Amino acid sequence: METSTSKSPRAASPSRTQALRFWERDPWSARLVVVMIALLIFFAAVRPQAFFSGRTWTSMAVQFPEFGLMALGVMVTMFTAGIDLSVVAIANVTAICTALTLRAVLTPEVSATNSLMAVAIALGTALVVGIVCGAINGLLIAKLKIPAILATLGTLELFGGIAIVLTGGKPVSGVPKAYGAVFAAKIGGVVPMALIVFILCALVAGALLALTSFGKEILMLGTNETAARFSGMKISSLLVRTYVMSGVLAAMAGLVMLANYNSAKADYGATYTLLTVLIVVLGGVNPNGGKGRLLGVLLSILMLQVLSSGLNMFSGISNFYRPLIWGAVLLFVITVNEMNIRNPLERFLPGRNKS
Amino acid sequence: MSTASAASTPTRAPRAAAGPLSKWTGRLWRTNEFWVFVVIIVLALVIQVRSGQFFTANNLVDIAGAMVVPGIFAVGAHLVIVSGGIDVSFPALASLAVYATTRVLVDSGFAGPVIVPFAIAMCLGALLGAFNGVFTARLTVPTLIITLGTANVFSGVMQGALNSVQIPNIPQSMAAFGAAELFEATNTTSGLRSVLPMSFLLLVAVVAGAWFLTRRTMFGRGIFAIGGDEAAAERAGFKVKRIRFWLYVLVGVIAAIAGMVRTCAMGQMHPTNLLGMEMMVIAAVVLGGTAITGGTGSLTGVMLGTALIVIVQNSMILTGIPTFWQGFALGLLIIVGTGVSAVQVARSRGRRITAA
Repeated sequence: METSTSKSPRAASPSRTQALRFWERDPWSARLVVVMIALLIFFAAVRPQAFFSGRTWTSMAVQFPEFGLMALGVMVTMFTAGIDLSVVAIANVTAICTALTLRAVLTPEVSATNSLMAVAIALGTALVVGIVCGAINGLLIAKLKIPAILATLGTLELFGGIAIVLTGGKPVSGVPKAYGAVFAAKIGGVVPMALIVFILCALVAGALLALTSFGKEILMLGTNETAARFSGMKISSLLVRTYVMSGVLAAMAGLVMLANYNSAKADYGATYTLLTVLIVVLGGVNPNGGKGRLLGVLLSILMLQVLSSGLNMFSGISNFYRPLIWGAVLLFVITVNEMNIRNPLERFLPGRNKS
Repeated sequence: MSTASAASTPTRAPRAAAGPLSKWTGRLWRTNEFWVFVVIIVLALVIQVRSGQFFTANNLVDIAGAMVVPGIFAVGAHLVIVSGGIDVSFPALASLAVYATTRVLVDSGFAGPVIVPFAIAMCLGALLGAFNGVFTARLTVPTLIITLGTANVFSGVMQGALNSVQIPNIPQSMAAFGAAELFEATNTTSGLRSVLPMSFLLLVAVVAGAWFLTRRTMFGRGIFAIGGDEAAAERAGFKVKRIRFWLYVLVGVIAAIAGMVRTCAMGQMHPTNLLGMEMMVIAAVVLGGTAITGGTGSLTGVMLGTALIVIVQNSMILTGIPTFWQGFALGLLIIVGTGVSAVQVARSRGRRITAA
């Protein structure tokens, strides 16, 4: 952020502030920040009691990690010009497997060692399920060359089907308390564990994307597959790793869902399939691959949660309007993005007179 | 390559000289339709052996009747996929069009012939299809993402703005059409009666119309051309944007017909009844050999694919497999079916390149 990256020779104008530089470097994220601030101001002004209550904020922090983690998975696949529609099914399968394993291994009574074991078992199961499901997706896409939309549509049905077969379509309850004691806990009575899990996963994902060659390679694969192939990248292995990463993130979402609902069922979170795609596109990721930033996606996750929680403060607006709003936002964003309407404010920013 | 795919026909290009019969069988071997047909026959035999009930008159009529709604939807989905797109909004579109129609007619105490509700629903379907069409013609974003957005707008309008509830009493003529029977078949051993609904004729009409459109009109050829290679289609003189727009209008109309048939058959309007059907219909189309990348596919394949999925869904009970295995079986079918066709595409591409 310290170095100016603008191509314009007049960019070095000393009067420019940090915020303006951020705007110029990443106008998409900057726009999201502006929209989010506007939303926050609006809700703070119209519904101050609800807005300033701690409960609103805690419940927001519990809710968004579920679909936020899935969205991070969809994001990495969209970097490669693919898509992962199976994240919700992977999350549900994970939650069900974790619940069943925990129930089989742990006895109901709670003890300190049990908590530790619960975490170990849960994380272990989630990793195994996430890696296996992601690898199946990746192999179908990389080896059989099935288009990602179709392959993950098929595995969405398949994993969902497995989840139903495992449970007979009924919810799995009776999750040992030791699990909830850790994953549904609030640290210091305020910060929910779900948020911690999300932040950790986002940090790991961010580090993978920014610091390893993996991050650069998947963007390059999304930009131009032929060029990527000729530059000596192992496309199949890269694709499998991408979908495994998506699967593991979805599996983490499954752990969060299991903690939030205290039960697991094959069709929890069915509406998240669209929501995750919406988040990722709204976050500035190009559905045709090759372009996008983690920051934008994180901002868009937060923005949608603010919008959703804000709507909850208005009892007059029925929940059924939510798909309408989400759909309209998605259409609006892709249209604006495509039309490349330049921000009207841009003209007034200094040092921005590119022809 | 580009000109070849723009001119490609639903069936593969004939190979070099051979006897007419061996040419025909040789081509048959390589079609997806043939293999789907083989799978259906094998499945039917297995079910017959396990239950002894598959080849009974009433079971066959049941399957034909169950094919009507997914079959009509599948024709629409086929046209979109052939053009290189994918549409997941059609159940929401059909629900909204039919709900609005039924609501208005019930509230106004309509008592006219059944053609009126169909006409109104089809007009609404065209309008909603045009909404899809505007976006898909103008934007280069994958149509999956566009139609995900419009699907939510449609169901949001229906459930939020129109405050949809179940309508228990639909107009008399609609209910009568839903109950009208073409003929009925009786199982000689169990005495169970099954009725082939009148709406089966609508499925036949839609398929025939789509056949005429894709084989006999420039518009239909244009749909295939765009799916084969958009740039080549543009060069060949097809008005890509216009074709794409009218394609989505048409698909809206087809979806509205399917929704209307379903509502008539149920004898009541259930707003969310159709939602979630898109995955199954797309699976049927792709299983039937319509390439997801666009450009190839046939209506025969679409009907066979629909039949396969309907048989899988309908016959679980006959064979004593718990119905909760349905999702698993469907997912496996999609993966195997698309896997096979993906391998085929890769092979034929290799062949075309070496031939050129």
